[in-house]
Amino acid sequence: MISLAGRDILHAWGKFVFTGVGLGLLIGVTLVMAGVYRGMVDDGRALLDNSGADLWVVQQDTLGPYAESSSLNDDVYRTLLAMPGIAQAANVTYLTMQVRKEASDVRAMVVGIAPGPLGSTPGWPPYLVAGRQIARAHYEAVADIASGFRLGDSLRIRRNQYTVVGLTRRMVSSSGDPMVFIPLKDAQEAQFLKGNDAIWQSRRRTEANPAFNRPGVPGLLDAVIASQSANAFVNAVLVTLKPGQAPDAAAESIRRWKRLTVYTRAQMEGILVGKLIATSSKQISMFLVILAVVSAAIVAFIIYTLTMDKIREIAVLKLIGTRNRTIAGMIMQQAVALGVIGFVVGKITATFAAPMFPKYVLLMPLDTVLGFFAVLTICVLASLIAIRMALKVDPAEAIGG
Amino acid sequence: MSGHGIRIEGLKKRYGSGDTAVEALKRVDMQVAPGEVVGLIGPSGSGKSTLLKCLGAVIDPTAGRMTLGDETIYEDGWKVRDLRALRRDKIGFVFQAPYLIPFLDVTDNVALLPMLAGVANSEARQRALDLLTALDVQHRAKAMPSRLSGGEQQRVAIARGLVNRPPVILADEPTAPLDSERAMAVIRILNEMARKYETAIIVVTHDEKIIPTFKRIYHIRDGVTHEETGEGRAFA
Ligand SMILES: Nc1ncnc2c1ncn2[C@@H]1O[C@H](COP(=O)(O)OP(=O)(O)OP(=O)(O)O)[C@@H](O)[C@H]1O
Ligand SMILES: [Mg+2]
Repeated sequence: MISLAGRDILHAWGKFVFTGVGLGLLIGVTLVMAGVYRGMVDDGRALLDNSGADLWVVQQDTLGPYAESSSLNDDVYRTLLAMPGIAQAANVTYLTMQVRKEASDVRAMVVGIAPGPLGSTPGWPPYLVAGRQIARAHYEAVADIASGFRLGDSLRIRRNQYTVVGLTRRMVSSSGDPMVFIPLKDAQEAQFLKGNDAIWQSRRRTEANPAFNRPGVPGLLDAVIASQSANAFVNAVLVTLKPGQAPDAAAESIRRWKRLTVYTRAQMEGILVGKLIATSSKQISMFLVILAVVSAAIVAFIIYTLTMDKIREIAVLKLIGTRNRTIAGMIMQQAVALGVIGFVVGKITATFAAPMFPKYVLLMPLDTVLGFFAVLTICVLASLIAIRMALKVDPAEAIGG
Repeated sequence: MSGHGIRIEGLKKRYGSGDTAVEALKRVDMQVAPGEVVGLIGPSGSGKSTLLKCLGAVIDPTAGRMTLGDETIYEDGWKVRDLRALRRDKIGFVFQAPYLIPFLDVTDNVALLPMLAGVANSEARQRALDLLTALDVQHRAKAMPSRLSGGEQQRVAIARGLVNRPPVILADEPTAPLDSERAMAVIRILNEMARKYETAIIVVTHDEKIIPTFKRIYHIRDGVTHEETGEGRAFA
């Protein structure tokens, strides 16, 4: 027996290829959408991995520091270090802002990292693709390569100039913004820095206040002004545990004794994936549903039209004794062939398009496999309408009136 | 093949029921011997297509009897289980328009029938090629149907009708689209094939120019058949 579907496809290959390519672009968009979601989850995981922490200590009753703002005194880490089982505890600040880059600016997450021994201080970028880590206490920065900065570039955060001394890769915030690491002190200042005018005004107001400006107490005014303009807060303390320590137990003891909120790695991932990107993921799911429906409609319409064009031939095939099964198989094989062409085109499109997207698009083999079976299912279902019509064709029609 | 060809006795067909019922066939009696080609002539609405559809097992007669060879296929109900197989193996169809499958080449259009019956591709193609040679279209064996002339298409359709060696061929206006020279050629081929393969052939036609070529003609009027054996009807 010959393949009727195959012969028909070869005969009308132009129609098939054009439709297949159109469908393929649609499937490509679908795969990229799935990749965008996977990329977001992966960005979140990378953020947690790269921080190098076992525990995140944040302001009480907040989901900080990524999903909500959190503010802690910057001496909390000292008391944490004194607790049993804790290896390292380091302050960290996060501030998403526009970083000046010569004439333009880029959106970045500025991370203030605490000084400490290289390689064991959580919060530091774990590896660099070029240059070196920050070595001075001020005005040096390590930037992610996605920010567009290069070694030796100078960038501006608020009033200060920084020199890029190192570059990282895949260090991004949960919303995909590249990270720029600067020393903690600079970051604290940047976070709370007032404008020159505001500083001057506040200083004048303090001077004018007789309670602070007492002739009999020299030095009081200076101390008050210093305390007003310094920022003693950070967003979180990143904690690493000594080997063999259970994160949950350590977290529980910090909660109990220090009255702070503590998240383990698993809880943090739950917050990022379950809360921070939950809306985006629903948004993407909606798109996937719409794209699936549109693809199904296209396949159904095309297969229906192709079958309509063959009504007469189908009547003849039936008259000369072709089984319904053979005719249904012919139509279904064509739908599946269309799906396979579409999927191949879609996969190629997605693979080439993914790197061009500004945010990370992660094409997972699992999604590819799922997508393939979804396409096949859609094609088979979409062909049922045409099959129903073909089976209703009366062989008597071939004889005519 | 036995000596019976096809025999139809008292065949009736009513479309619909009640007030709107149409008695399309009231009493049809026909007999065509193997190797014989008969004409079936009648005015519009007389029941020609209805008769072909009953013979072709695509509609159910209401009553009567039909015998193919020595097998009764219908007697107040179908006597064969698989009408599809009956159509495939026992009845060849040739239409006014050749209705070739456009996406199969000439050989496979003909070879498809034996393939559907389970014959191996190579053997089915060989049978097709033999018939195409007999019908003198073997030089177009690899062409697609759309590239053939009307006469060539009709010859391919005849080959398709013959390929499973059916005891009966039903031809509905097979010469309608052809000029008289080609029409005569088709009738000559049908006669040759009938003789060669012992096939009983019924040709429905309006075509004045081919009517004289039939030895026997059935007239059908208002669903009733009358046989006519005219003088000088011998096929030259
Ligand atoms: N499906 C049907 N339902 C009801 N009546 C029908 C149906 N098919 C045919 N008829 C009627 O049966 C009668 C015979 O029709 P048939 O098609 O057999 O005629 P015909 O001899 O083939 O005519 P023509 O030469 O015009 O093709 C006509 O009166 C027609 O209206
Ligand atoms: Mg008719």
